[in-house]
Amino acid sequence: MRKLRLHPCGNYKESYADELAIFSSDYGRLWSLAGIAALFCAVPFISPPYLLYVVNMIGIYAIAAIGLNILVGYTGMISLGHGAFFGVGAYAAAVMSATFNVPFLLSVPAAGLITAGVGMIFGIPSGRLKGLYLTIATLAGQFIIEYVLVHWEGVTRGTEGITVPAPTLFGISLRGDIRFFYVIFAVLALMIWMAVNLIRTRYGRAFIAIRDNDRAAEGMGIPIFSYKILSFGISSFYAGLAGALWAYYMVSVTSEPFNLSLSVEYIAMVIIGGLGSVAGSVYGAVFITVLNESLRWLTDLMMNFGFITQSGLNMAPLREFAFGLAIVLFILFEPRGLAELWRIIRSSFRLWPFSY
Amino acid sequence: MEDTLLEINNISVVYADVIQVLKGVSLQVPNRRIVSLLGSNGAGKTTTLKAVSGLLKPENGRVTDGAILYEGHPLENRSPEQITRLGIIQVLEGRQPFKYLTIEENLRVGTATRWGKPYRKDLELVYHYFPVLWDRRKALAGYCSGGELQMLVMGRALMAHPKLLLLDEPSLGLAPLVVEEIFRIIARINGEQQTTIILVEQNARIALEIAHYGYVMENGKIVMEGASETLKDNPDVKEFYLGGGGAGGPGAYQQPKSYRRRKRWL
Amino acid sequence: MDFFIQLLVNGLSVGFLYGLSAMGFVMIFKSSSVLNFAHGELLALGAFVFLSLHSVVQLPIGWAFLATLTGCFVLGFLIERFFLRPLIGEPLIYVIMLTVGLAAMLRGLLLLIWGGNLRTLPDFLPAWMDIQSGWLRIPPVYMAAILVGVLFLVLFGLFFKYSAQGIFMRSVADNQRAALSLGVHVRRVFALSWGIAALVAGMSGIILGLMNGISVHDLSAVGLKVFPVVILGGLNSISGAVIGGLIIGVLEAFTGGYLSPSLRDVVPYIVLVVLLLVRPYGLFGLVEIERV
Repeated sequence: MRKLRLHPCGNYKESYADELAIFSSDYGRLWSLAGIAALFCAVPFISPPYLLYVVNMIGIYAIAAIGLNILVGYTGMISLGHGAFFGVGAYAAAVMSATFNVPFLLSVPAAGLITAGVGMIFGIPSGRLKGLYLTIATLAGQFIIEYVLVHWEGVTRGTEGITVPAPTLFGISLRGDIRFFYVIFAVLALMIWMAVNLIRTRYGRAFIAIRDNDRAAEGMGIPIFSYKILSFGISSFYAGLAGALWAYYMVSVTSEPFNLSLSVEYIAMVIIGGLGSVAGSVYGAVFITVLNESLRWLTDLMMNFGFITQSGLNMAPLREFAFGLAIVLFILFEPRGLAELWRIIRSSFRLWPFSY
Repeated sequence: MEDTLLEINNISVVYADVIQVLKGVSLQVPNRRIVSLLGSNGAGKTTTLKAVSGLLKPENGRVTDGAILYEGHPLENRSPEQITRLGIIQVLEGRQPFKYLTIEENLRVGTATRWGKPYRKDLELVYHYFPVLWDRRKALAGYCSGGELQMLVMGRALMAHPKLLLLDEPSLGLAPLVVEEIFRIIARINGEQQTTIILVEQNARIALEIAHYGYVMENGKIVMEGASETLKDNPDVKEFYLGGGGAGGPGAYQQPKSYRRRKRWL
Repeated sequence: MDFFIQLLVNGLSVGFLYGLSAMGFVMIFKSSSVLNFAHGELLALGAFVFLSLHSVVQLPIGWAFLATLTGCFVLGFLIERFFLRPLIGEPLIYVIMLTVGLAAMLRGLLLLIWGGNLRTLPDFLPAWMDIQSGWLRIPPVYMAAILVGVLFLVLFGLFFKYSAQGIFMRSVADNQRAALSLGVHVRRVFALSWGIAALVAGMSGIILGLMNGISVHDLSAVGLKVFPVVILGGLNSISGAVIGGLIIGVLEAFTGGYLSPSLRDVVPYIVLVVLLLVRPYGLFGLVEIERV
């Protein structure tokens, strides 16, 4: 067995392969494996049901957030329609399984593909638009999709919603938090693996080139329009997949959750986690979900204080306020996100006590 | 030397707390004179100008050492708003017009240091120096030619009644005839308006033509200084900045070994 | 035919309000290139502060009006100073996200203080504004919307075209570095544009409130409708903002009147997408002059 490599105290990369390596040391690899093992073996059994529900939601959001990060953080196109794409995925899976009895194993990836198609259609404006104009075009996409989800009653059953039948995988019923936990996190692990490797390929490099300077990228021979559309497609695929899992997990699908605030939450995850970092998307999903849940808990708690209830004050808006505040503070004080924060902490440990 | 308008004493400039660009630059600018600052790319000429005009700050740069004295007042690390109000105006490299404003509106921005107070007279003055601008005064700056734009940005600076004008590469990318015209006007402005000028140039020949005094920079340091005439005759300057002269005669290519003369100041 | 004309009038007056809201938005964008997602909340804030000043503090209408506008101006100033100034020079997405966060904060505060219910503003418009000729009736609120819209349009047009401060603001929007080199007080320009934008937003919030009653959710939705309006008009054209507002207003009125009320709210966005595909810089926007 070869010797385990420790973290070097500086940049000692000698080849392109070193540069591209996902783990710079074998300890990184070991720790990740240990983390995954702990996650899969311990978490579902030691956590109470509510916590497990939160963990599952984190997993679903993380998948979609990674997708958004590919679009925003790597390709540099800001999308405000990710929540709607998530919704398309949820509805696609719900319609397929409820109306056409498509099995779980087929409907989830199919939902991803359908969403990818929808995402590519709404990505077409990126051929001519840049920056703010593109952002607003995706905002329009958000509203249009929302409208279609509510009003295309023949398929989506309008405001009534769709109830998704219990999924089965290889004959095993997938009801219950623990069983679904494994499904969600297996998909998440696969998606992380795909994203990390995607960035290392020519496609990933082309995305980054487009982000940094799309005109220069075009000059270098990258067909930017097709790559931009591709980026929209991949990003929406992730969103659709996450949406499909969400639909199965939540059982009933209505159009309310897929509004602009959801899109904003996804952008917040990506920014707070760290733009252009796959790990960052996961951190962001953890942060936002935990923030949301703890704020909910806190406001519920405050509602039970006698004097607040008596004064008739509704504390629910406080959640929105705190959410906004968290975003604002993050952007003002650590705009590079949690991934950067983590990197700083790690490197200061590694270089300690000689930080120069 | 006659009365000094600007004195730079041994300044160091660091960008982003990491990259040291100027390593102890000192120079003196006498009142009502043109001083030219020569040197190759990356020598620190533009940085020197920005240190004076306060434009380092938005680029995350800082004067870490030394002093800049303007009429006896320290200038280092003050904001550009304050410095421009003292009468120091920098004309940025690469002509930076306001593309969506007309020529005349561009010129009016030059009055910002006076809160846009009466400007008619100044406009006339600018049109007097640059008659081309009068013809194009209603045109959007984005659609003007390079020569017109260079005149525009110089005229715009003139609107501010500068006492000290910092010109960064006015000849960049312009045809030789236009360059000559622009330098003629620079000399006229200096003579008629009593404006002191620091001129940063790649085109050393023409810069030394109109300047009274010159400094040569390399690697963030001043390596040589002298009156223009002296510099023009200096064999090193001839070799490295004026082309021709010294060993670089017609035979230079036949004798590759003697092609590069050793810089004696290093 | 009567129905048609009535819809047209309704659409136009709502359109003027959209245009007015969009003006403030364009103002900020023009000087500092910031896309303000908190604009709807500023509208709502203006309307609610006015309501409270009038009905709780019992200020006379005129004073309440003035106090609200001053308050909005100061608020805009403060927002710029404390939230946006540290971000000068950061990439677009952070700035966008900051205003999104700001919007959530403001909305939370508004809901906390005034609750989510629909309130009505006192009707204080003079009677002469009520115009009635035959079958056509223009209610005073609509008249006020039209008057205020035209007034501000003319004021802003003159301001940007001729006043020194207006030209400085445009110069900052155009090339910040060059403006700085000429001594334009860039930070002051930003602060000023936020102040003015908030003031105009407060103003349109009050009139919108007179028209439909005020609720936090409705008014912040109007803030989002500003996007199709400004894109239609071009992001940096003040007069474009008004024309865009008129088009969207009329379009909404007709869709609501002839097709279906539910389609009403989504039509602006459909138009937006189609337009962006055909004319990426809006109807009156600046074609980007890119020289390489």
